[in-house]
Amino acid sequence: MITKEKVGHIGWLARIEIEEKESDAYAEKLNSVLDYFGQLDEVDTQGVAPTYHVMDIVNVFRKDEVRESMPQDVVLANTGHKQEGNFKAPRIM
Amino acid sequence: MVYENPDGVKIGLEVHVQLNRLNTKLFCGCSTDYHNDEPNTHVCPVCLGLPGSLPVINERAVEFAIKIGLALNCEIVGQTQFHRKNYYYPDLPKGFQTTQYDYPIASRGKIVIEGEDGERIIRVTRAHMEEDPGRLQHIGTIEKSKGTLINYNRSGMTLIEIVSEPDMRSPKEARRYLDKLRSILDYLDVFNGDLEGAMRVDANVSVFNGERVEVKNISSFKGAERALLYEIMRQKNHVRRGGKIVLETRHFDEARGVTISMRTKEEEHDYRYFPEPDLVPMRVADRVPGILKALPELPDAKRERFISQYGIADMHARALTTEIRVANFYEEVASQVDPKTAAVWVADILKGELNYRDIGIDAFTVEDIVTVIGLVKEDKITEQSGVQIIRTVLDEGGRPQDIVVSKGLLKVEDDIVAKAVEEAVAESPEAVADYLAGKEKSLNFIVGKVMQKTKGRADAREARERVLARISK
Ligand SMILES: [Zn+2]
Repeated sequence: MITKEKVGHIGWLARIEIEEKESDAYAEKLNSVLDYFGQLDEVDTQGVAPTYHVMDIVNVFRKDEVRESMPQDVVLANTGHKQEGNFKAPRIM
Repeated sequence: MVYENPDGVKIGLEVHVQLNRLNTKLFCGCSTDYHNDEPNTHVCPVCLGLPGSLPVINERAVEFAIKIGLALNCEIVGQTQFHRKNYYYPDLPKGFQTTQYDYPIASRGKIVIEGEDGERIIRVTRAHMEEDPGRLQHIGTIEKSKGTLINYNRSGMTLIEIVSEPDMRSPKEARRYLDKLRSILDYLDVFNGDLEGAMRVDANVSVFNGERVEVKNISSFKGAERALLYEIMRQKNHVRRGGKIVLETRHFDEARGVTISMRTKEEEHDYRYFPEPDLVPMRVADRVPGILKALPELPDAKRERFISQYGIADMHARALTTEIRVANFYEEVASQVDPKTAAVWVADILKGELNYRDIGIDAFTVEDIVTVIGLVKEDKITEQSGVQIIRTVLDEGGRPQDIVVSKGLLKVEDDIVAKAVEEAVAESPEAVADYLAGKEKSLNFIVGKVMQKTKGRADAREARERVLARISK
């Protein structure tokens, strides 16, 4: 059961500000999703191998060969927050 | 004898090893050779986590991981996959770290170390693969920083996280575990431990069998021992004063040598792992036999072989097999001179001189040590002179055979000079008397005679000193 407090917590983890009045709506929606999973849980899956991945393929590998990286100015092109070739973030505690 | 641990100290370690011998990062083709380059010049859409980019795993990274797992006596999992570990921090541009969660590639291994009373087995819980985050640099001090600079060159480098059970009983044991681990990884040639950030340690510490405290951000082995000594002392003092140890995460401040509470909120450990949809599972069981067969001889096996093959002492065998380069160096020397003599010269003398100068075995050549050992063996120089030659080669350069001559270290030479001094003094009673009466210059006459008798092979200053010593006897 997802409460208003849980919605707040999930929002905090994702760094999304959720307003008080939105919390109820989100709680309701998330609970209906959970309900659906509850229904799925009732299906008998005895003898069915677990699905690790949606696509039924394994071992997609890449050779250990260097490819060209991006130029620094292109890397930093989309941000105004930069200094001496670095991205610049606010102070972190 | 059972090792006593009255304080109930328990230490578990999590070691992050960067596989910097790979050419490329874990999920993209960016080069791993970034250490001397400008920030953010070894990045691409994949390691920056740009929308639409697709990670593809480095096959060699997987093989390295299996190799490490096997060397640590682990079981290798049949099928594994990656998970997203969600946390919000600017060192990860994607907002999550790609790591292995419920099926680590290797688990249930062990590392044997030298304990306080014989061998001890430290259990390895798991070794899993994950990507390294980027590097953060605070502008100014952490307390007064105006911002944080982020360099993503390191982001996406392959890490193997090796987690131990809390089986270590002292900081010294922890240090030995780390040294052994590094030794094994060196043998496997999967990383260069000298590069910055190649091995990073987090530790779990508890005393009196109480709650465990996690100490993070230990960046060196020396630092690990210091951090643990401090943390154990802090916890014991706290308990003795009636305090209670609580589950917490502390940061090791290398400069001050203390641990500081990070006051992390419990909520931050809510990682919401879920399977990484962009990477398909890996089935690697069929690769294990081949990799196992190609595994090199590891430190413990090599030590035992050295003892039986060369008949050297366990202590020497240990010293010679810690580093693969030293082991190979020794074997080359032992193929040319008596292995037991070689062990003394390489393990005791040469390694001692190298450690004193904090340099590696590459600073010396097999040829030179064989020359030195040969000179001593043929009784041409004393053992002490041999040591002097090694020191000269390390400090000033040059070849041993030249140093022997320039420093007049040959025993034969020595005898000739000694004999010449003796004769010169005996043949010049007047000059000796004059010198003793205060006529300093008359000494030159005697020294001249020494030079004449040795046909100039003696060092003039040394001859003068010897004459002086002889006269004032
Ligand atoms: Zn990249």
